[in-house]
Amino acid sequence: MAQTKVIALTGNQAAAEAMRQINFDVAAVYPISPQTELMGFFAEYVANGEVDTEMVAVDGEHSALATCIGAAAAGARTITASAGPGIAYMVENMYVASGMRIPMVLLDVNRALSAPLSIHCDHADSMLTRDTSWISIFSENAQEAYHNIIMSVKISEKAMFPIIVNYDGYIVSHSIEDVEILDDETVRNFVGPSDIHRIPYPLLDVDKPVTYGATAQPDYYTECKYQQHVDFLKVYDIVREVFDEFAEISGKKYDFIEEYKTEDAEYIGISMGSSFGTLKDAVDRLREQGKKVGAIKIRLYRPFPVKEIAQALSKAKGVVVLDRADSFDGIGGPLFKDIASALIASENRPYLHNFIYGLGGREIHEEEFMRAFERLERLEKGVDTRENFVEYLQVRE
Amino acid sequence: MAYGEWTLKAWHEIPIGSIVPEAGSSKVNHTGSWRMLRPVLNTDKCTHCLICWIFCPDDSIPVTPQERFETDFEYCKGCGICAVECPYDALEMVPEMEIKLKELEEELG
Repeated sequence: MAQTKVIALTGNQAAAEAMRQINFDVAAVYPISPQTELMGFFAEYVANGEVDTEMVAVDGEHSALATCIGAAAAGARTITASAGPGIAYMVENMYVASGMRIPMVLLDVNRALSAPLSIHCDHADSMLTRDTSWISIFSENAQEAYHNIIMSVKISEKAMFPIIVNYDGYIVSHSIEDVEILDDETVRNFVGPSDIHRIPYPLLDVDKPVTYGATAQPDYYTECKYQQHVDFLKVYDIVREVFDEFAEISGKKYDFIEEYKTEDAEYIGISMGSSFGTLKDAVDRLREQGKKVGAIKIRLYRPFPVKEIAQALSKAKGVVVLDRADSFDGIGGPLFKDIASALIASENRPYLHNFIYGLGGREIHEEEFMRAFERLERLEKGVDTRENFVEYLQVRE
Repeated sequence: MAYGEWTLKAWHEIPIGSIVPEAGSSKVNHTGSWRMLRPVLNTDKCTHCLICWIFCPDDSIPVTPQERFETDFEYCKGCGICAVECPYDALEMVPEMEIKLKELEEELG
């Protein structure tokens, strides 16, 4: 176990601290709220010579990711960060990065998408990226964001897939909390040196010239995608491995999902990101009333923890999936569809219901989550009826 | 490498990320076959200023410091930049089909 110290940091400060300790080779960034502050903190480290990072101020998020792809293909340890519309602007290049198997880190300080314009938190931006074959991890608070960033470097480089670390805009990024920080040496030993030969085909290895991003005609494209498909499923084991290694230095053992009072739970709520604390409080209050309820947090979002979810929900009567983004598709929110798909092979499938909450930074309270549980129970018992799988939790009538 | 000799690789035989792990693929692929228009050089007008060589995006104009030689039609894609840039109108873009037809007529007599 390493030396640690507890200091008060915002989510963005904690993320910048992780970036400083990792000492990335290249960071190409374009500012957007609520990520701007993060890169402001990091730019100070660059200006003060506390890191060796080449910080490239580009003309937009599309270029930011393009720059990172080039740098990472060359062999540099690379990071960028964005939010909301910035993530949307990156999406084209996200497929390029994962298709070329570029290991790099993207911090998504979750923000709503326009219109109407909102700089506040929801998960619509990250949901745009769910089919891009980027590994995606959600953080509940500044502490988890800090830990996830450190682990993400290793996960990405072992898997040879790019990775997104999500933490909620403003709620996490701008709120101060106690964060346990590892010492610099421990972090640097954990991620290891950024030698170009840690990836198979570094462009800077001039003795072995290679081509990235060549054309594939119809006779090869399917094979390329299938290889990507097979390799992406190997990410589960790699994430578990890195979580285990990280537990050795931090004492904090993470898993794909986090379960809270689910053992005997009849009704289970599922959420991602910062709202999980509120969900746990809602569970506690309902437990005081004698309700057998529990909560699950998704930490690893892509690849989706299908087996873990199926196992965790195998005894539940009802499950309410709490989506911080809408899909507008007549089925349900993105997370709802993932949960429903994960249960497709289950013998005792629980009753499923979906609530959309927390859009555009709407604050969420225990009472609202309690209401979601109550509605689920009434639906499951046939007291209430519904027209759709999906309902809005916080809308004014 | 002719088309008939190609063996298609299985998914697990392809390098990670669809990377091409060796240099020199342009020696195998003669991209001049895409050409629709051919830059025909009028040697009487050409002053060997080499401006065409500077502008050619595909390095298809062989030169020495003194002399411009005939365009390398294995790689020239017929973009026409050389013809536009030539200050002496020494290059004319002629449809490849016309040239091929003329060659065929001559061959058949």
